[in-house]
Amino acid sequence: MSRIDRIRGTGLPLRGDDVDTDRIIPARYLKAVTFEGLGEHAFEDDRIALAGAHPFDSPRFAGATILLVNRNFGCGSSREHAPQALYRRSLRAVVGEGFSEIFFGNSVALGLPCVTVSRDDAAALQELVEREPATELVVDLEAQRLTAGAFEAAVTMPAAARDAFITGRWDGLNLLLDRFEDVRAVAQRLEGQ
Amino acid sequence: MPAVTAGTLDGSATFSDLMAATLFSKVWDAHTVRVLPTGQTQLFVGLHLVHEVTSPQAFDMLRLRGLRVAFPERTVATVDHIVPTDSQERPFRDAMAEEMLSALERNCAEFGIRLHTLGSAAQGIVHVIGPELGLTQPGTTIACGDSHTSTHGAFGAIAFGIGTSQVRDVLASQCLALDPLKVRRIDVDGVLGPGVTAKDVVLEIIRRIGVNGGAGYAYEYGGSAVEAMSMEERMTLCNMSIEGAARAGYVNPDETTFAYLEGRPFAPQGDAWPVAVARWRSLASDAAAAYDDRFRLDAADIEPNVTWGINPGQSVPVSGRVPRAADVPDGERASVAEALDYMGFSGGEQIAGTRIDVAFIGSCTNGRLSDLRAAAEVARGRRVAPHVKALVVPGSVAVKAAAEREGLDDVFRAACFEWRSAGCSMCLAMNPDRLEGRQVCASSSNRNFKGRQGSPTGRTLLMSPAMVAAAAVAGEVVDVRTALAPAEGTR
Repeated sequence: MSRIDRIRGTGLPLRGDDVDTDRIIPARYLKAVTFEGLGEHAFEDDRIALAGAHPFDSPRFAGATILLVNRNFGCGSSREHAPQALYRRSLRAVVGEGFSEIFFGNSVALGLPCVTVSRDDAAALQELVEREPATELVVDLEAQRLTAGAFEAAVTMPAAARDAFITGRWDGLNLLLDRFEDVRAVAQRLEGQ
Repeated sequence: MPAVTAGTLDGSATFSDLMAATLFSKVWDAHTVRVLPTGQTQLFVGLHLVHEVTSPQAFDMLRLRGLRVAFPERTVATVDHIVPTDSQERPFRDAMAEEMLSALERNCAEFGIRLHTLGSAAQGIVHVIGPELGLTQPGTTIACGDSHTSTHGAFGAIAFGIGTSQVRDVLASQCLALDPLKVRRIDVDGVLGPGVTAKDVVLEIIRRIGVNGGAGYAYEYGGSAVEAMSMEERMTLCNMSIEGAARAGYVNPDETTFAYLEGRPFAPQGDAWPVAVARWRSLASDAAAAYDDRFRLDAADIEPNVTWGINPGQSVPVSGRVPRAADVPDGERASVAEALDYMGFSGGEQIAGTRIDVAFIGSCTNGRLSDLRAAAEVARGRRVAPHVKALVVPGSVAVKAAAEREGLDDVFRAACFEWRSAGCSMCLAMNPDRLEGRQVCASSSNRNFKGRQGSPTGRTLLMSPAMVAAAAVAGEVVDVRTALAPAEGTR
């Protein structure tokens, strides 16, 4: 797997706390047996409701690769379809005040880093990008810094996830299969109870 | 087996830490395979539950890598999300639903996994059938590609909702890579008033601690009100832990737990039974166990709760009023304003009296026999308001059969509720049951997110099954404790 240590691109501000995964990808799109094609349906109902005024539909943010969100992003359903839809819409990092744990884990598994910033920094970034959509953002996982022109902010990420991205070992299955004899031993111990 | 606290891993535990532990840390330690080089724990999963929606991509990933299912005997599948609850004839009218169920049947056959498919006596919502079959047992770890897996914590299991890549991981290795959770003890002391249910307790907890308040925690529920709950009530409580951002929630196993499990098909039988009970008893949190946080509620303070907004934390007691955006703290104002706008409230109105269009009784939160009994008690001898469409959807084939043996189906039908077959139904509308347009639904389910019940503009009011039944009859939100005059022939 490839190393992901630095994500560079323009930003897509999406305001609001507690944005749930039903909104990110409505359940009707979970009826397909693959993740193909989910990208076009990301935030579909919110976008229809806003009739073109949703940030995902704004030409100002076309080509953006870094999503800027607020608190408890990705709460609710465990559907991995949610980060899959964002990834398939060409987003390559999410910067926010906080993430649901399941959403965060699902994002790691597909190589989409979610980094946390303070509430003030999240608001400042969203304002900056709304004002100057062409601003290039750089999320540096190694240095745990985000820069956007003259703006700088500290970003955080749990150590295990950060290391996984930096070393390119974010697909964790090999690690779990590495010492399978240990797994068998635990299984046997539990069966013997 | 001796309990070792997580603290031993870094050598910082004191002697008393080693002696007194929470159920969480005992179960975590017993299932720890090793600490990974990443610092996360490789945790063995005792039981993996699989359903049709979040698994097909995981099976494809196994094929792509040429992997097998490591412990098929620890893996059990059923179908729940996409099944129609009216006509269950195959092939389904919805070709995508048919393909999805066919894929599950194919995958389970190919990988040697037990599947309770449509038509089986054990089919139903995955979080209803696990306990029913006795698969869900104290002291184990459980994973399922569904956030409401926390339900199984009612038995003193540590149960995690996971995504599809983790479903792949568990299929291939029977393990998850996880960071340990902190444990928040939540005591509900005293006696719940008449008409106040586990659903009201959990809505109260989420409102008070917040939809994000449980991040990083497992919730341990206790106190006299929780100890007095049946297993089905405990399942309702644990089910919605995730709505407060707690990835797991549990109740320590006790006599109620053992009485529920005894004799179930997959529960230990014969000589193994007393041995299992003794072990399960030893796994309960020790009296001197330390918690990362504590929260306490008086049962007597809890009323039937009703959500008014677009997340499960946005609720009020049924006697209360919808908040005004101007009255809430700065940090919440935008969220409250957004919710009021979506729901069509101006703020300040009484929640009671809110007109409804649809009533839904069912789901992994409240689709069990005791839920249907509570709703039937309200419905008996009454009639659904003419403008309301009301559905009762049992959580499993077994729940449906048990309800029919008691004649609950007749009670509901006589009251003009539709009596359906088992499935997730209108909780998430991945099947033909869904809201239309801006309909308002009184729902016994778990999420009131925008569009959750299948219409992008549909509106959900979460409440207990008895409150839903009362709303169905009244045609509007009412306090089930007082609002309905005794029906003829029932008093």
